[in-house]
Amino acid sequence: MKSELVVVFIIFLLLFIKVGTEMKNEKLLPIIQFLLLANFIVGFFFNETGVLFGGLFSTNGLMAFQKSILSLGGYLISLLFSDWLKKSEHMPEFFVLMLSALLGMFFMISSGSLLMFFLSLELSTIPVAAMANFDLEKRTSSEASMKMILSSAFSSGILLFGISLIYGATGTINFAEIPALLDGSPLQILAFVFLFTAFAFKLSIVPFHLWTADVYEGAPVAVTSFLSVISKGSIAFILLTTLYKVFAPMQEIWYNMVMLLSIITMIVGNLFALRQQNIKRFLAFSSIAQVGFILVGLSSNSIQGTSSVVYFVLIYVFSNLAAFGVAAAISQQTGKERIDDFKGLYQNNPFISWILALALFSLAGIPPTAGFFGKLFLITAGASKGNYFFIIVAALNLIVSLYYYLRVIRAVFMDKNEQPIEKIILNPSTKLGMIICGAGIVLVGLLSWIFDYITALTA
Amino acid sequence: MNLTLLILLPLVTAVLILLMRNGEQVKWTALIGSAAQFVLAFALLFAFRSERLAGNEAQMLFELQYTWFPAWHISFHLGVDGISVAMILLTSFVVIAGVLVSWNVTKMTKEFYFLLILLSLGAYGFFISLDLFILFFFLEIAVIPKYLLIGIWGSGKKEYAANKLALMLMGGSALVLVGLLGVYFGSHEKTFDLLTLANAHIPVEVQKICFPLLFVGFGVFTALFPFHTWVPDGHSSAPTAGSMFLAGISMKLGGYGCLRVATYIMPDGAKEYANIVIVLSTIAILYGAFATMMQKDLKYINAYSSVSHCGFVLLGIGMLTKTAMTGAVMQMVSHGLMTALFFAVIGMIYERTHTRQVNEMGGLLKVMPFITTVLFIVGLCSLGLPGLSGFVAEMTVFMGSWQNPDTFHRIATIAACMSIVVTAVYILRAIGQTAMGPLKVSYGNLSNAKWNEKVAAIILIAGILAIGIAPFWLNDLISPATEIIMHKLTGGVHP
Repeated sequence: MKSELVVVFIIFLLLFIKVGTEMKNEKLLPIIQFLLLANFIVGFFFNETGVLFGGLFSTNGLMAFQKSILSLGGYLISLLFSDWLKKSEHMPEFFVLMLSALLGMFFMISSGSLLMFFLSLELSTIPVAAMANFDLEKRTSSEASMKMILSSAFSSGILLFGISLIYGATGTINFAEIPALLDGSPLQILAFVFLFTAFAFKLSIVPFHLWTADVYEGAPVAVTSFLSVISKGSIAFILLTTLYKVFAPMQEIWYNMVMLLSIITMIVGNLFALRQQNIKRFLAFSSIAQVGFILVGLSSNSIQGTSSVVYFVLIYVFSNLAAFGVAAAISQQTGKERIDDFKGLYQNNPFISWILALALFSLAGIPPTAGFFGKLFLITAGASKGNYFFIIVAALNLIVSLYYYLRVIRAVFMDKNEQPIEKIILNPSTKLGMIICGAGIVLVGLLSWIFDYITALTA
Repeated sequence: MNLTLLILLPLVTAVLILLMRNGEQVKWTALIGSAAQFVLAFALLFAFRSERLAGNEAQMLFELQYTWFPAWHISFHLGVDGISVAMILLTSFVVIAGVLVSWNVTKMTKEFYFLLILLSLGAYGFFISLDLFILFFFLEIAVIPKYLLIGIWGSGKKEYAANKLALMLMGGSALVLVGLLGVYFGSHEKTFDLLTLANAHIPVEVQKICFPLLFVGFGVFTALFPFHTWVPDGHSSAPTAGSMFLAGISMKLGGYGCLRVATYIMPDGAKEYANIVIVLSTIAILYGAFATMMQKDLKYINAYSSVSHCGFVLLGIGMLTKTAMTGAVMQMVSHGLMTALFFAVIGMIYERTHTRQVNEMGGLLKVMPFITTVLFIVGLCSLGLPGLSGFVAEMTVFMGSWQNPDTFHRIATIAACMSIVVTAVYILRAIGQTAMGPLKVSYGNLSNAKWNEKVAAIILIAGILAIGIAPFWLNDLISPATEIIMHKLTGGVHP
């Protein structure tokens, strides 16, 4: 409960600050950043294993680590987008909403029954929809928020339907009791399909991905990156629990499903990413393809599967946030969001160009960046089933994805531009965020003890 | 001798380059770093020989093993045998020459040298890894520097060429990856360790699936026939040092992988597919040679002839005899030196005449005697003149091939031999048009080679002559290692 209590404490603190003081954003932001950093650091101490509230809530070392990854993402967001945040009138509210969503995710990761899971999923979704509307004067922002709230309401409905079917089929909603009662009857399969569909919505797995690109493009970059990194990470974590623990007896059934969805998701995500011109849409589709890769590792149903998925999400936090951070820095100062506008970026902005290159190479899985290790371990975990076809498709998708990541690299480093983007001035905390991301991208892979640590937590 | 030095030295050099302030400092750091690599490679050679002379018969020398990702049984396992030492020597020759010929690079000097040194880091790491995971890691590290080198400093259709190269090489490595995973799970050992896998007797059906994946995957790097199309574009668009590294080092990664990984750990697969390999490599040899005849651009000439020459490497591996394999390794070393020198000379000529079209030149011997003399030497080496390395290597491959008594192998050998005639035609024609004949007026005041170009050329020529005149030392270095591979192929177990 400790991580949750810390987050609640920070939320209340922010509410009091907002109501009780007239602090300027410039002064307040460092305090919030410090609180989020503290939240991340506290996540590593006083972790206990145990069950609370009659099985509704459970926690262990791995869950604590998963929460730490999400807290780290929150901290990085507060650093990377500080320019945008400072200009916002309602900065404390932004963080209250973000932390509420984070709180929901924490409860979701720890949830021990479908009821708790549903409640916390809602808690993690609704604040994000409000965040998507944060650029109050922009119509696209409201549109994104509307689309998001509609699609998530729809998926919640499906999820509830699935939960009720499971209750009907097994007579319980407790994660610990469900596996013994599963026998693979058609009703249970139907229930599982509904449940998984809800996950697919949140993870934007093809064919449930259609809301993704519009929402990503319309929402402010900070929210987009929260959605694409932290929301997805948390759903991937809970999916691990659901598939490996709750639905373990139906493994043969869900393996084929996950494999098919993974293949479609990788292919569609990659093919659509090829044609995007807007950097946010581009990253949206590339993140769909990345989720396809997470499913490759997820399909293995093994300790390696769990550890490689958690490891990959950690790497993904660094890589994708770095890419979004650079995109935000550029669009904040120049208003340019098209890939063509990035031509010749390297001329005046070598630092952010290298950060962007590192991030994209990591997303593409090129060594020595951490993405190489992350993707390789996902594929290795997926290969343990001996399904060559699946692995070859995944490997070929790596090539396609390299093609479009190289498109951006090419624009930044090689293409000539009459009027390249002028020198972008980064404020210190944005720079710090980028350096942390860059260091993470390089070191998380090469320092093998990080992976060992995750494996030790998993076992 | 500690093999991690071979990785640390380029790494330190690369970091130092990033810290330097101006172009001069960068260049000298790179030169000192690559000279240190050169010395280190020779130190390794002598240490290796003295160990062998002292009676150390272990398959791999100077082995080191650190656990890296214990959950996957991945360890940082390094070690060298004769083949690796030969390849490391080759790399160090090409690196120092490449650094020297790029002395005039003014556009983003720091980044240029950083990428060059990073590329050499990948190559050294690749040649000394005994764990397939880190081997793959180093193989992929080398891809991005190539892409950026071509894309930023290249000429002509550079973006197209860079994209094509990066995607085809990544395609190759994707196949390698699938093959490696197949071996990892198929061998029931759950390990990436090369030596363990080699003794693990991987089931034949797994070998039948994984051998072609690995062989084709590595084959893409070394211009295996239908996958050679990146070679001409990539080589001709790259900057001089980039072409030298590509043809001299990068293509050898593939040959080394085909031999060391695919053939060594999967002998049954190798026997199963040897005939296909022979057919494809013979096609590459002949096709490359005839395609070269049609080229007018010096870089394209050398690029297509590289396809042809690298065909000999794969032919030697596919013949599955000890002599042919030794020849294949010798051909890798010889072709690496020769082609690097050829590209260096082309670069020198281009810097002066600003054209690479053969028919626009003429009489260059009169104004730049040193450069054209080097061109003669490298041309003669390419067409297999005795006394130079090309002759020794190709001869060894032919001798080894002829040891197979049946008609199929004989025909392939004879067909491959024919390519030498074609090679002679295109080489002599190109050199003749470039160096002989009347000098164009506009070329009257061109300068001869500068000190850096002379040193680079002399280093590479020394390597070519050392193999050409005294091939035995190289043969003694390589053949114990190929014997172990042959031993495995013929079913024996290495003691």
